[in-house]
Amino acid sequence: MGHTLVEKIIAGNVGKEVFPGDIVTVNVDNVMLDDIMMPFIVSKFKEMGFTKVWDPDKVVIICDHLVPASQVDDIRAYKTSCSFADEQGITNLHKSDGICHQLMTEAGYVKPGHVVFGTDSHTTTYGCVGAFSTGIGYTEMAGILGTGQLWIRVPATIKVVINGTLPENVMAKDVILKVIGDLGAAGATYKSLEFTGDTIEKMSISSRMSMSNMAIEAGAKCGLFAPDEKTAEYCRVKLDEFQKGLKGDEDAVYEQVLEYRAEDFVPVCAVPSNVDNVQPISKLGEVKVDQVFLGSCTNGRLEDLMAAAEILKGKKIAPFVRFIVTPASRKVYLEALKNGTIDILLNAGADITHPSCGLCCGRTGGILTDGEVVVATNNRNFLGRMGTNKVKIYLASPKTAAASALAGKITEA
Amino acid sequence: MEQFKGKVWLMGDDIDTDIILPTEYLVFNTIDEMKPYAFSPLRDDIAKELQPGDIIVAGNNFGCGSSREQAPEVVKALGVSCIIAKSFARIFFRNAINNGLLLIENADLADDVKEGDEITVSSGRIEYNGKVYKTASLPENLLEILDAGGLVKAMRKRNGLED
Repeated sequence: MGHTLVEKIIAGNVGKEVFPGDIVTVNVDNVMLDDIMMPFIVSKFKEMGFTKVWDPDKVVIICDHLVPASQVDDIRAYKTSCSFADEQGITNLHKSDGICHQLMTEAGYVKPGHVVFGTDSHTTTYGCVGAFSTGIGYTEMAGILGTGQLWIRVPATIKVVINGTLPENVMAKDVILKVIGDLGAAGATYKSLEFTGDTIEKMSISSRMSMSNMAIEAGAKCGLFAPDEKTAEYCRVKLDEFQKGLKGDEDAVYEQVLEYRAEDFVPVCAVPSNVDNVQPISKLGEVKVDQVFLGSCTNGRLEDLMAAAEILKGKKIAPFVRFIVTPASRKVYLEALKNGTIDILLNAGADITHPSCGLCCGRTGGILTDGEVVVATNNRNFLGRMGTNKVKIYLASPKTAAASALAGKITEA
Repeated sequence: MEQFKGKVWLMGDDIDTDIILPTEYLVFNTIDEMKPYAFSPLRDDIAKELQPGDIIVAGNNFGCGSSREQAPEVVKALGVSCIIAKSFARIFFRNAINNGLLLIENADLADDVKEGDEITVSSGRIEYNGKVYKTASLPENLLEILDAGGLVKAMRKRNGLED
């Protein structure tokens, strides 16, 4: 009997064949610790009686939620991150290089076939390069830091097959929103999502990343893409035999299969305040916009910024709209500066902020107030996520965000 | 598990972790400081009026959203004895067990029960209004963590530390 992609990754880690429902203990290849959780991780680690992390080279600490500090309390998380790294000999410390989920693959930590855990729910992102990665809490992270291991239940898999060519105004974000809308916010809970089909094969790593990032919004444990030549180039590796075999077998057992024709997708948004309340933009009616946010680990990459810039080139956003742009990393920011993208966005009226979690987690850089409407390219539109609990958050693609900033109302490109 | 009773706080589907505890309060030094803000985006009476021993009953996908472990910790700190939901999101589920917060899955209770009513919980069953609701038990490896009093205590034991 064949196996799904997630079964193959876990089997490779534990050295034996696995099936959905099996409870196994995995050896962890990498962990990602973000600043906001660091004080809690360190205190639990010590409380458990550990003194040394199991392998400093496998630990990555990333300051992104609370840098630069917007409140004095934030500095404690930053200082704890730096001092724990120093004390434990952890050299993989990013003090302000961008958002954790962007950096884990961009900076070369995660490779195809790895098993990775992070103290943030969007850790599912690294499925874009064929790694099993998922979010955990700070107590479990403290346990991994001491032991290098964690128990998991091997998930069943939902296969999502997409073939054909996407319309010009549709991006990977529209695709994943549609899938989440169809599955529901709990439709993939405890399960692995496996994306396949020729549309997926044609997608850039950046687009795949937008999709694996949001797998959690359907409740999924992970969102996986089979590694291919694009993956190898992005990860700067030559795929070995194990990595080349990381794809779902034809006779693998899938719990559910969703099939789509790429041509049927349209620009959509998730309307307030559930990610699975997904509507075609053409059916929304007129929704006036106070702010547009282009950024986050979902859609803050060069591809996203360039897609928006193409629409905004030589134009000005509506006079009453505030337009916040947050590159996902220092590298993305520099590339967008060099190729003229930042220039176009600034001239169109954007405020460019430092690469961080900032507005997406409601901390800084453009929070909103009662009754305001924001079109945002990030991953959550929960109540109170980006300001007060009476802010209306519409999640959409970078192209829709740019078109909406120009028109001052929610508009497809 | 010993039998216990509690007053019900009723919630709907998809109670996410931003509702249970908004991001702005995560940086507080202690869980106690976070308690007044629990569930504040949804309603502000819960943190004020919830009494130790009360029980939260909810719909599907309780605890969806972020991995913030402050969410189950703050619920436990408020004194909630258990959460009974139609289903739980996976990270919240693990975090709750690791902090010794009892979670029970039941598909029907949330549709029947009224807020403020009392229910009785015991091993494998819930009683309300003369009706019995059957509940499943947890996998063995999770029961071990719960029995140890949470993951920190389980790890302390592993490291040869006395409590």
